[in-house]
Amino acid sequence: MIEIDDLTRRYGAHTAVDHVSFRCEPGTVTGFLGPNGAGKSTTMRMLCGLTPPTSGRATVLGRPFRDLPNPGREVGVLLDASAQHAGRTGREILTVSARVLGVGDDRVEELLETVGLSGDRAARRAGDYSLGMRQRLGIAHALLGDPRVLVLDEPANGLDPEGIHWMRGLLRDFADRGGTVLLSSHLLHEVEAVADRLVVIAGGRIVADDDLGSLLSGAGVLVRSPESTALRRALAAEGLPSTTTADGAQRVEADPYAVGRAALEHGVVLTELRPADSAGLEDLFLTLTTTDAAAPAEEIPA
Amino acid sequence: MSTATLTPDTSVRDAASPRGSAPSTWTLIAVELRKMTDTRAGRWLLLATGLVAAAAAVAQGLTGDVANRTFVDAVQITMLPLGVLLPIIGILAATGEWSQRTAVTTFALVPRRGRVLAGKVGAVLVLGAGGFVVALLAAAVATVVGSAAAELTDPWRIDGGALAQALLFLGLSVVWGLAFGLLLVQPGLAIVGFFVLPTIFTVVGQLASGLKDALEWIDPNVALAPLSDATTSGADWGRIATASILWIAVPLALGIRRNLRREVK
Repeated sequence: MIEIDDLTRRYGAHTAVDHVSFRCEPGTVTGFLGPNGAGKSTTMRMLCGLTPPTSGRATVLGRPFRDLPNPGREVGVLLDASAQHAGRTGREILTVSARVLGVGDDRVEELLETVGLSGDRAARRAGDYSLGMRQRLGIAHALLGDPRVLVLDEPANGLDPEGIHWMRGLLRDFADRGGTVLLSSHLLHEVEAVADRLVVIAGGRIVADDDLGSLLSGAGVLVRSPESTALRRALAAEGLPSTTTADGAQRVEADPYAVGRAALEHGVVLTELRPADSAGLEDLFLTLTTTDAAAPAEEIPA
Repeated sequence: MSTATLTPDTSVRDAASPRGSAPSTWTLIAVELRKMTDTRAGRWLLLATGLVAAAAAVAQGLTGDVANRTFVDAVQITMLPLGVLLPIIGILAATGEWSQRTAVTTFALVPRRGRVLAGKVGAVLVLGAGGFVVALLAAAVATVVGSAAAELTDPWRIDGGALAQALLFLGLSVVWGLAFGLLLVQPGLAIVGFFVLPTIFTVVGQLASGLKDALEWIDPNVALAPLSDATTSGADWGRIATASILWIAVPLALGIRRNLRREVK
């Protein structure tokens, strides 16, 4: 369980994180979504005690991160996969942390195996790793202490499609076993496949915080007809405002029944009628993150 | 790749009780020592330090003044290379966390940063003690070689006070390096600062004779030198104390403060 309570971080006149609050429950994957520089990494660093907040507080499993006796046994953290000593081998990086965590070398080998970095790859220096390999090592590192909570900042960066698929399975499995996952991304499609809940941040403020299902259902329906002009007229006549999508369909903020009814009333043939789902969510995401809140301030270095 | 062994059944755990105890100070010292020696750069630096110390001792045993070819003299001659090279390992141990950005991992695993820094102080002290053991071994080899090459009178005479001063010299040197690393944060800056700043005082002391007496109390090169050849006498201890406070204790305190407060990015 993660609780972020009214966290604010200012850098001089610039407010990177502005009164942010949200919760992540056990058994769920929370996608933390926002454009670059929106304040995701700063929020996550404050959660992990690396950046002191200007105000507000954050707790993990009911305690401030600093007060966890051995935090790595409770919370697996991956904030920056490239922040590893280039001269250490993958195995050595895990072994050093295993000593701090008090877990055995067999756990190191087990995780190297799990993330596909066993054998020769484990003996290579991290400086020679590709970004994808560093992400895998970082995920192994986060899981090393057998935690109940995972905090991952942009873990899909640099992973190939197969790696992303694998990671989704891993996170889903972790959450299904009662774990809590907070996972950030600037790309909607990376998190929507795995997240139960979305927290959207823009310009340092939370602009949406809801179940994925609710957000999807709020995205309206997509309707298509060969007689597109007639369809638009029919919708307008029934008081259903619609917008035309790039490929010529109409997106309507209404339920499918109302749209189908309107088409029937006006005798318009439909070839498609479905919830707008991710297409709508993408629009929603763009709207949420590019309007008032998002004069997305300058990039905060990760 | 499998997900089978990844995650334990977290649902059965008692969510209220935190798991695992904090790593002990000894664990943190051992981890910091490991981090000093587990990279290629660290290993080569240590190896080079040992070899240079051994070469210096053996050279002393073979070519020094016959009266000075003793075990203690050989130990003392190693103080120069050890006092120069071991602090660099301390500097890199402090700056590497920031230059290699490992601070993200280090301080996420041990958020009470003071404990990590205490581990680093402990680790460089162990390193200094290790350097002392290397000095003893190198001096023993040098004395055996020297005795074989020339007729020496009592080369194995042990002067406990001199050895203790050598050990103190190494201890102060490594903490000095660590302190500069913690304070200056960037490895290049810290290494240059470590070598150049004291030298400026030495040069000024030699040029401005009027300041010489005052600078003897400040210049760490002058103040600490008696330790490495065991000529320390009454007033020297006062100079060692003032120079150590100024060059080691104060930078260490400021460096610790900086590392405790610095935002990890």
